[in-house]
This record gives sequence, structure tokens and C-alpha cells, in this order.
Amino acid sequence: MDRRQFIKTSGYAAAATGSGLLLPTSAFAADDIAVGSIHDLSGGLDIYGKPMLDALTLAIEEQNAAGGLLGKKVRLVSYDPQSNMQLYTQFAQQAALKDKVAVVMGGITSASREVIRPVLDRAKTLYFYNTQYEGGVCDRGIFCTGVTPAQTVGKLVPYAMKKWGKKIYVVAADYNYGQITSQWVKKFAQENGGSTVAIEFFPLDVTNFGPTISKIEAAKPDMLFSALVGGAHISFYRQWAAAGLNKKIPLASSTFGVGNEQIVLSAEEANGYLLSYNYFQSLATPGNTAFLQRFHKRFGADYPNVTELACGTYQGFKLWAEGVKKAGSIDHMKVTTALESGISIDGPSGKVTIDANTHHCVLNVSVAEVQDKKFKIIQTFDQAPPSDTSAVCDLKKNPKDNQQYVIKV
Amino acid sequence: MDLAAIVVIQVLYGIASLVIVSAGLAVIFGMMKVINLAHGEFMMLGAYATLGALKIGINLWVAIFVAAPLVVGGIGVLLERLVIRRLYGRMIDTMLATWGLSLLLVGVVTSAFGNTTAGISTPLGSFTVGAYSVSVYTLLIIGVAVVLGVALRAVLLKTQLGLIARGTMQNPAMADALGISPSRVYMVTFGVGAALSGLAGGLLAPLTGVVPTMGGAFIAKAFITVIGGGPAILAGLVGASTFFGAINQIAAFLSTPVFGEVALLFAAIVMLRLLPQGITGRFFKGSL
Repeated sequence: MDRRQFIKTSGYAAAATGSGLLLPTSAFAADDIAVGSIHDLSGGLDIYGKPMLDALTLAIEEQNAAGGLLGKKVRLVSYDPQSNMQLYTQFAQQAALKDKVAVVMGGITSASREVIRPVLDRAKTLYFYNTQYEGGVCDRGIFCTGVTPAQTVGKLVPYAMKKWGKKIYVVAADYNYGQITSQWVKKFAQENGGSTVAIEFFPLDVTNFGPTISKIEAAKPDMLFSALVGGAHISFYRQWAAAGLNKKIPLASSTFGVGNEQIVLSAEEANGYLLSYNYFQSLATPGNTAFLQRFHKRFGADYPNVTELACGTYQGFKLWAEGVKKAGSIDHMKVTTALESGISIDGPSGKVTIDANTHHCVLNVSVAEVQDKKFKIIQTFDQAPPSDTSAVCDLKKNPKDNQQYVIKV
Repeated sequence: MDLAAIVVIQVLYGIASLVIVSAGLAVIFGMMKVINLAHGEFMMLGAYATLGALKIGINLWVAIFVAAPLVVGGIGVLLERLVIRRLYGRMIDTMLATWGLSLLLVGVVTSAFGNTTAGISTPLGSFTVGAYSVSVYTLLIIGVAVVLGVALRAVLLKTQLGLIARGTMQNPAMADALGISPSRVYMVTFGVGAALSGLAGGLLAPLTGVVPTMGGAFIAKAFITVIGGGPAILAGLVGASTFFGAINQIAAFLSTPVFGEVALLFAAIVMLRLLPQGITGRFFKGSL
């Protein structure tokens, strides 16, 4: 066999295997609806991503058990970007162009969202971002179903200030989430007659907090606010407790618990921390009890904790499915218009309604306290609007808007 | 006054943690000229060994001071026999091999224990200096660093083992001619270096989150300390740790921990420009 012949035959072989691989997918495509999932299932962010995929799997299985959508089965297409931003771009393209999914659910950090948002915008593929984040994204191609600072920090800071005092020291992760969230803390502190003594940022790999802890003690704040993120930052809570300060200066956080920090730390280390999210596993509503029953039946009774992000993903899928039913189609624009009519669902966290002006959600928010590795609900605020984003974003008036607004204090 | 005491404690702590984190690397690089890029992963293994020992009911202090060094020392000896000994004298190849090992170890630990953050609470509680609280564990770290330095010196200078090790590093052919097997000395030295890294990991476990990738946070500092220290192992380790640790912590106090890291790296660059052979290339020449 000479070189040319070899190239020819191997070319045919490749073409044959290629089309062989493609055939079943295209055959399937006609009678089912593909839903893309891009969540980190390995690498540093997998503590967040795995529960999200589990929740999405459950939501899709329930949809199929109830007869599917528009008479078709829903099929999950899952990609693992391995906590790597380049893979996010690649998989978003693959999902939209090759696998032709009807919607993409995914993205965890704000960085990953900003990576895939333009890709999906260009490909005219609907995008659901189901994570709590810093707010301000204004784009008709995306629906952000997670809570934003006006909903969480806006409830948590006044509550904590009333309980503990007006001087707040802020420690935050050094990227857009921490920077923007700490500005919201400052704004809400000032609006309630308080102040932030200092705001300090830490790159995600900092593990030595000794000098910072002494500085916090020297500043004598009434309370500490933490927007720290990820595994390395857990050392802060460790060293904070080791210095005995968790007994002296109380702490509130907008991130604690999302990565199950309350399970990693001991009860003595984390008891008394105040948090605020849309969903806590310990919410005692009939909707949540039933949801947890189904969740534990599917993934085992020993599932450590159903997180805020998992519940957000579950609710995100339900909202989209509701939109598809109303539109009677999976067409990108038709579903968007249907969702903009103010669709709402009853999720595990309560009623969730899409706000047409911002493509964010109106939902319940609870303040809770860490107690013995669990969350004790203190107060639930019904139907909090995404007022941070709606102050700057109006997609009805300006549907072509496409940017992330940043708050100025 | 209280603040001054706190600053002194934190600076000593900064120096001590650099000594502990770099000791294993200093032994392996300083004595054997093997650039061990898996140093961070050895520490990670030490942390996991401590957690594992705790889980089967072993006392915390035994887990840190016995289990972690033993387990990681054993793994070190195994890896030396399987991989490193085939590559002595080929610096680039050892770098590549140890880098591969580091990726392998991260992968193995991730698939065994999952990529979740584990950890243990810091023991011993706290004490107060005036208006400030300090963790007792901080003092323990300082104490361990001092003991470690003294013990290293004693072993290298006062024991036959130390003499044989130093002799072999200086002239392996002559040691061989005198009836000492260099291959065995290398194996033991690598094992001791790995055990020291394991101890560092065990000591860090109660201070940080334990994840398979935790080594990455420490390896750069360890390398800077060892390179900055220069040819004398012990004097270099202590000298560079003191210099970098003090700069890092004082800068962190004056501004933020981020700036502390920047100051450390900047000091390292300036120092290596002025003293390309490291601190002991100019000062304390001929010391250990």
C-alpha cells in the first residue's frame, strides 16, 4: 500500500466511523429535546457542580415521568468543563452548534458565565445561569435565576446590624464576585446608619490569615462580613476560631455553606454564623419536604446537603419547562417571549417568578444561623425582587442591552 | 505594646512556617541536587495521612508527628527506588519526572478521597496578649521549627549517619571506594526529605483546608526559600526563612496579605540579583 492509497483508505474509514457516530444522534434529535448541562464535575469547583447536576438530573427525570415536554422526551447532555475556562467556551460551542441543545443550564463562577454568555448569544441558544451571584447582568439571551445582593445582603446586613452593631469589617475573595458584593455590603451598611471599617480582598489561594486576624481584632468591629470563596479560604474560619475570635466577634457571610463549609468545620467553629439564601435544606415547607423526599429517594438518604445552587438549578429547569409549555415550542425567541410573560413555578424554596424587565427572579429569601452543622431558619422574607439589577437594567425598554452593570457606592 | 508582641509572634510564626514548609525540599535539593517538583504533593500526602490516622482513632499528636512522616517517608523511599534513582545527575529529567509524579499523586488522591475540602479543627485553643487573642498552635509551630533546625544540625554534624551522608554527597565515588553504598545513602536521604515534607503537611492540616491540590499554595514559597538560601543547607534554610518570613509578615501587617506576598517575591528577585548564589553563597560560607 503506498502513501496515497493509505490516506485514501484511512480517509474513507474516518468518514465511515464519523457518520456512524453521528447517525444515532441525528436520528434521536427528531423525537427528543436536548438540554445541555455545563457544570464543573471535577477540579476545584466540583463541590459546587456535582449537586447542581444531580438536581438537574432529578428535574429532567421527573419531567419525563410526567410525560416529557410537548410530547417528547427530554434528554440530558452533560459536559464537564473541569473548572477550566477554555473548556467552557469549547463545550458551549459544542452544545449550541453540534448537539443543538434547546437550552444550556450551567456556569458556576461569574467568570465562567461571562465566558459562555457571548458564545450562546451568538449561537442564539437560550442560557439559564442558576447560581447566586453579584447581580447586574443585563442581556435578553440569559435568565439568571439565582439570588443577587439586593435580595440576600440587603436582608442579611440590616438584620445582623440590628443584632450586633454598626461597625462592619469585610473580608472577601479577590475577583468580581467578592469585589462587587463587598460594595453592596458597604452600601447597605451606610443606608442603615452604619459603616465598613475596612474591606480586604484575598486571592483564592491565600491560606495564611494571621496578620489579617490581628488587624481585625485591632479594628474592634461589631461584626465581620465574609465573602470568601473556595477550599483555601476555609483556613480563615479555622484560624479565626483557633484565635478564639468566633466567640468575641460575630460573623455573617454571603458565601458560607454554598460549598458545604458547615460540614467541613466543626460545630464549635461555625455555630452562630448568619447567612442568607433563597434555599436552605432545613426550610420546613410542604414543597421542600416533598422535594427532599424525592431527592433522597433518587440519590440516597445519606446525601450530605442539598445546596442553594442545587435547588437553583432544579428551579431553573422548571421555569424553562414552564416557558416551553406556554410557547408550545422550543424555539429560542418563542420561549423567551413566553418566559417574559411573567411565568412562575412553585419550587422547593417557594414561589419563583421571572421578572421580565431584568430576566432575574422574584423569590423568597431566608436568613438562617449555623447550628451544629445545620442551618436554623430565623426569618423568611417573601417574594424579594431583584432590585439591584432592576435599578440599572430594563430589557423591555432596551431589549438590545448586553452588558454587566457594576454598582458604584 | 500588645500590638508589638503580636507582631513579633506573627513574624516568628511566618519564619517558622517557612522553615517547616521548606525543610524537606532543602534536604532533597541541597544534599542530592534533585529538584523535587512533587514536594507540595508530599505535603498534601502528609496532611491526608494525618486525617486518615485520625479517622482510625489514632491520637492527633501521634498522627501529626509519627504517622504523617512515616507514611510519606515510606512513599518517598518507594518513589526513589522506582523512579528517582534512575535519573541522578540529570536535573531536567528529574524535574520532568517529579512533575509527572506530582500530577499523578494529585490524581490518585482525588480519585481516592474526592475533590472535597476536608480538615480538622485547630487544637489547643488560644491565649490572650493584652487585648489580642493568639492561637496556641502558632507557638507550637514556632517550637517545632526550632527543634527541627537543632535536630537537623545534630544529625548531620554529630552522628555517623550524618557524616556518611555528607561524605557521599561530596564525593560518591570515594564513599563507594570506602565501602559505603551511595545508592542506599541516596535512598535514605530522599526518604528523610520526604518524611520532613510529610511532617509539614501534618502540621498544616489543622490550619488549612485539606484538598488534593493544596500543595500548589506552598510549593512556590518553598522553592524561593531553598534557592534563596544557597549552598549551605541548614544556614541557608534558616537565613532565607528569616529574611523572607519577616518581610512577608511585616508587609502583610502594614497593608494586606496580598502585598505581603508581593513584597516577598520582590525581595527574592532583588536578593538573587545581588547574591546570585543565595545568602550562603556570600555569607556564612562553609557553614552547614
